[in-house]
Amino acid sequence: MMDYASMQFAPTEVPVEHHSHGGWEPYVDNGGTSLAIAGKDFVIVAADARQSDGYSINSRYDPKAFVLSNQTVIATTGYAADAKRLVEVMEQNAQTYFHKHDRAMGTTAMAQLMSNTLYYKRFFPYYVFPILAGLDKEGNGAVFSYDPVGNMERVVYLACGSASALVQPFLDNQVGGANQRGHEGGFLDRATARKIAIDAFTSATERDIHTGDWLDLFTIDRTGIHREKRELKHD
Amino acid sequence: MAPLVEPSAGFKFDNVKRNQLLGDKGYKLPTATKTGTTIVGLIFKDGLVLGADTRATAGPIVADKNCEKIHYLAPNMYCCGAGTAADTEFTTNMISSQLALHSLNTGREPRVVTAMTMLKQHLFKYHGHIGAALVLGGYDSTGPHLFTVYPHGSTDKLPYVTMGSGSLAAMSVFESRWRPGMSRDEGVEMVKEAIEAGIFNDLGSGSNVDVCVITKGNVEYLRNYARPNERVEKEQSYRFRKGVTEFYAPRAARRGQDSAEMDTSA
Repeated sequence: MMDYASMQFAPTEVPVEHHSHGGWEPYVDNGGTSLAIAGKDFVIVAADARQSDGYSINSRYDPKAFVLSNQTVIATTGYAADAKRLVEVMEQNAQTYFHKHDRAMGTTAMAQLMSNTLYYKRFFPYYVFPILAGLDKEGNGAVFSYDPVGNMERVVYLACGSASALVQPFLDNQVGGANQRGHEGGFLDRATARKIAIDAFTSATERDIHTGDWLDLFTIDRTGIHREKRELKHD
Repeated sequence: MAPLVEPSAGFKFDNVKRNQLLGDKGYKLPTATKTGTTIVGLIFKDGLVLGADTRATAGPIVADKNCEKIHYLAPNMYCCGAGTAADTEFTTNMISSQLALHSLNTGREPRVVTAMTMLKQHLFKYHGHIGAALVLGGYDSTGPHLFTVYPHGSTDKLPYVTMGSGSLAAMSVFESRWRPGMSRDEGVEMVKEAIEAGIFNDLGSGSNVDVCVITKGNVEYLRNYARPNERVEKEQSYRFRKGVTEFYAPRAARRGQDSAEMDTSA
């Protein structure tokens, strides 16, 4: 007869530590949305500037898109403190590279550096969803997508952050031509890409409570980086 | 075995255990629409003013940009609702019906305390499971009255009140500016400012300001009294060209195309 009491069972669940209350959490989601659209010889990068925590607004203007060189911009979303530190590290490494090689780091090199920087903290990641955008060696628009631990992919357009589920399908349709029979394909012209970026943000502001206040919009081309600041709704 | 008896009234809790089990296994229940909300009320010289924002949320998404949160209770009484949208709607509707029957029976205009008592007894019975947080205001034979009613059934009677996720923002306006014996226009202006404090500083609140002024024998329901958040014009039109949408040819057309027509003569 089976002696069930003495039988050893393999654990079926991972044991979870139960703390008496709360406990310290290292991460906060500060909301916000960012996007980038690549063109033939330009890139558009846009990010709202609201920084929030739950139902509170910490800041109406805390920029989350940063100029790294005269042809590269990083737009971030997720945990604002980690984003600031990530950009700081990227800036330091880009500076070191400049002094060592006597020239600025190119966009594709910067893209790989970002991936390495993220993976370096594989087991205590930066809670950030970065977009890196700029011009590649040939002068073409380049957008790089990442996850918080450094998985990288070059794409044509991308939306990240709290309203990404709203904005990405819009870009898929308007930039990628998804669900449009007879769509011509190819790159958008600069004026259209800019309009789409702005409309994406005024629309995201309508329906996502964490997106709004101000919009930072960068156009990168061979003449440099052109920055605009536009007002979004404050509610 | 116990006979299966359907309860004659109230909620059924049959699925509570099942839902708990599903929840533990990681199945997320659908989220109810909440009115993140700023709602307020204040007493002025000849009556009271109620106010509400018009944003309804489902998590971080704005579900309705212009919903109505000031509910009708009786000809002399209105009630602002915060919390679970369905609960505020059904609770105020039900109390409104009971008040109508009550005033038919008594032949009098219903009193605000009556509505308040009916609301709190109903909510207390459900131990806070009905997520309705209310600001109740009305003018009856005993004068103007303003109450807050919490989901667990407790109530307050105060000269100025706020509720919802924007209640702190709104109360900051009242605490710094409210005084006894204000005029109607001062009252309406202050309610507008309190709601706007919620709209701009609380992410659960947004869009427009609804106001309701109740005085002796008169109600002014000012829907969208202020609209401080008009959407700007879009940069371009998003009208699609004719024929962009993929579709399958209707059955009859396809049949004609491959000339495999079915014989329907018999």
